[in-house]
Amino acid sequence: MTTKLLALIVAFAVLVAVPYWVPGIYYVNVGSQILFYAIFALGLNVLVGYAGLVSLGHAGLFGVTAYATGYMLQLGFGHPMAILIALIISMVSMAIFAALSLRSTGIGFIMITLALGEILWGLAYRWISLTGGDNGLSLKTRPAPFGFSLSDANTFYYATLVIFLLSLMAMAVFVRSPFGAALMGTRDQPRRMNALGYHVWAIRFYACMFSGLLTSISAVLFVYYTQFISPQTLALTASAEVLLMVISGGAGTLLGPIVGAALVVVVKTVVSGFIERWNFLLGAIFVAIVILMPEGLVPGTVRLWRMAWRKRPSPVTRDAEAKS
Amino acid sequence: MSALTVTNLRKAFGGLRVTNDVNLNVEPGERRLIIGPNGAGKTTLFNLITGELTPDSGAVHLLGQDITNVPSRRRAHLGMARTYQIITLFARDTILHNVTLAQLGLSPARWNPLIDLKRQGHFVEHAQAALDRVGLGHIANRPLAQTSYGERRRVEIAMALIQNPRVLLLDEPFAGLSIDERRDVKNLLLAIPRDVTIVMIEHNMDVALEFAERITLLHFGEVIVEGNRAEVVADPRTREVYLGH
Repeated sequence: MTTKLLALIVAFAVLVAVPYWVPGIYYVNVGSQILFYAIFALGLNVLVGYAGLVSLGHAGLFGVTAYATGYMLQLGFGHPMAILIALIISMVSMAIFAALSLRSTGIGFIMITLALGEILWGLAYRWISLTGGDNGLSLKTRPAPFGFSLSDANTFYYATLVIFLLSLMAMAVFVRSPFGAALMGTRDQPRRMNALGYHVWAIRFYACMFSGLLTSISAVLFVYYTQFISPQTLALTASAEVLLMVISGGAGTLLGPIVGAALVVVVKTVVSGFIERWNFLLGAIFVAIVILMPEGLVPGTVRLWRMAWRKRPSPVTRDAEAKS
Repeated sequence: MSALTVTNLRKAFGGLRVTNDVNLNVEPGERRLIIGPNGAGKTTLFNLITGELTPDSGAVHLLGQDITNVPSRRRAHLGMARTYQIITLFARDTILHNVTLAQLGLSPARWNPLIDLKRQGHFVEHAQAALDRVGLGHIANRPLAQTSYGERRRVEIAMALIQNPRVLLLDEPFAGLSIDERRDVKNLLLAIPRDVTIVMIEHNMDVALEFAERITLLHFGEVIVEGNRAEVVADPRTREVYLGH
């Protein structure tokens, strides 16, 4: 337990110090990207990892928030108002998408979310009066909460870090809570959960809303980071990319999606500067993960670590420890 | 007032009538055994009673209340609990967590996303007590995946008992158990107080007959014989379709 606490403190210190130890502004921006994509992946992990519902349309909701923020700013709203309205629109959209998708689970759920994502992508592409079509929407400024202008890369990084840490804490509380336990129960034995008195559909619905909230928060950070939104953001490849973050890092774990997000963003931005065929590299990495650690990087590393040190306790000693 | 009443219950899958005009009346505190050859519709009858299947016609009353149109999750809150013939447990979690989930299902706390479940002392204590009751207290923190089949059967029963049911439906609680394990489970069931009504499906006649007061024999979805232990065993139709000569 103390080693865990120590690791947390070290990780926190490393994250806070990022602007001081990375070689330049470019890398601070990479750090911001990792953090908001990590929030996105944490949100998707609520469904993929803890609810057992694989969504291939999450980039659609991400896009709804991003476009809504951009459009509200174009209409002349201030930043706080624009963000608030965008989040409300996103939550209403998520409720509708959840009501449609939760008619099914398994493959059916994947296909419905995929279809919804494609519809949203089509709308972004064709509804030119609202979205600007292929040209997208540009945001002229970033907000300046409490007098800190987020136009500065370091300030933006710290704002993202604060929101990231809050999201991570929310996730940590969520997975230990009775509701989190109920959600994981519906993932493993939905029929049994129903017989035990749980409203399986409602539990999944609320999980969708929580997942959608994290997704939308990350989308607000994204759209202020790039100050630009185009239909590409909603494409199927974007949904698949976040799903890969979750699965490669370790679905159903707290830290897995963060590691996955870091992996994908680093390969996409930093490594792509050195290797032209970075897509190929990313694919090769995923194949290696699937072969060596099918459960994902985080649980896989833990497993290898235990094997290396032979720290895996036998059931008998574990019970004895639990008793004492 | 009866604990459980089933009136003219019918269910067909396509042309196959699996429950054909079944009537059942179980008194409070009664121990009822339901027997019948494979495919007689015993588990289907359970699924109709618990609401996991919707009947084509007929009615189910629990403690005098018509629950025919009550969703199955609500029936747990009204005092009905069941175990499954095919064990359906949470394999990734500990035994203690399995039982805690059963308990949580009836608590308003199940919607709470903010508290730490492991720190809710009363949940942990209750779950531990329920496991002590079925003789699994010493391995409460063992992952379910590392338990034996007989232990899992007892976890199923602990999960049903912790919900404090008024009517308990047991679907083959002795299936696949060794002689020793059967004796343990039988003693466990005999210790359940009389304010719990028990309806049990079972094939192990030696243990089941000892336990049951009244017996219902199902065959092709119909009740053929019903009565007390001696009557049903002596009935020639029981010998013909079930016990054999």
